[in-house]
Amino acid sequence: MNANDEPIATVSASGSDTNSATAALASAGIGCLAMGIVTTLSEASKPAADMLNLYKPAGPLSGKSLVAIIVWLVAWVVLHGAAKRKRINTGRWITLSLVCVVCGLVSTFPLFFDMFGDK
Amino acid sequence: MSMSTREFWVTVHGMVFGGVFLLTYSAGLLGLWGLQPAYLTAAGIQDRLRALRVCTLVMAALAWLAAITGTFMVYPWYRKIPPVAANLAFYPQALLKASPMLRQWHYFGMEWKEHVAWLAPIAATSVAYIVWHQGSALGADVRLRRGVIAMFTVAFAAAAAAGGLGAMITRAAPIR
Repeated sequence: MNANDEPIATVSASGSDTNSATAALASAGIGCLAMGIVTTLSEASKPAADMLNLYKPAGPLSGKSLVAIIVWLVAWVVLHGAAKRKRINTGRWITLSLVCVVCGLVSTFPLFFDMFGDK
Repeated sequence: MSMSTREFWVTVHGMVFGGVFLLTYSAGLLGLWGLQPAYLTAAGIQDRLRALRVCTLVMAALAWLAAITGTFMVYPWYRKIPPVAANLAFYPQALLKASPMLRQWHYFGMEWKEHVAWLAPIAATSVAYIVWHQGSALGADVRLRRGVIAMFTVAFAAAAAAGGLGAMITRAAPIR
């Protein structure tokens, strides 16, 4: 109770709810990493860039964004299923997801992917 | 004060979708940070959650709209290849590449912007999902809430980088 005798909210999170939320965070990290990887790959390889050129006016960016979205959604479905079946270490998964995001941010940075440029 | 169709869509992409997304971040951050049982009554948490759900959902939608209009509408206009002896003022990418003083706006600015921008809708959607799915339980789980705040900030940072670079590139080589 607080000073005004109003009940303080007491809420608790059930394990599987937290698991699916953690899976959502982790899949977002994987999606960000996927965007970074496919960006670097496209810079490193002209054939890869050509394969990603799904919509010519937008160039390889059209394929890169689609690949990142697909990887993110597939990872979400898989991790959501895995998280429902077993107990997961929330802290470790959240840390890993943020590490993936940082790697994704780095690998979308031109000074990084230009190191692999082969075009 | 008339605008061409392209100028209209560039404005919608950057200032409406992107700008409103960035402006809404502070409200979302405040909502997430303050979603703590120690600070709020049960009624307060529900009230805060209602606003937070709308906020995060709208932000996710705006992030997707900005990324999609940017990639499939504005970017093709930007990178259109000029015919021989064309006026480069109407071909922004070519205009930037042709000038030693401006070329880094393309090779660094646009090359970063076009990729980092896609992190925003992915991150923002995960945040919106968790806020809707977890509801008031998000207040009880400190680690998860901090993780959500971190991902929410990633969405903002990615959009801020893309938006800031977009504004500067448009200043140097506007799409007409």
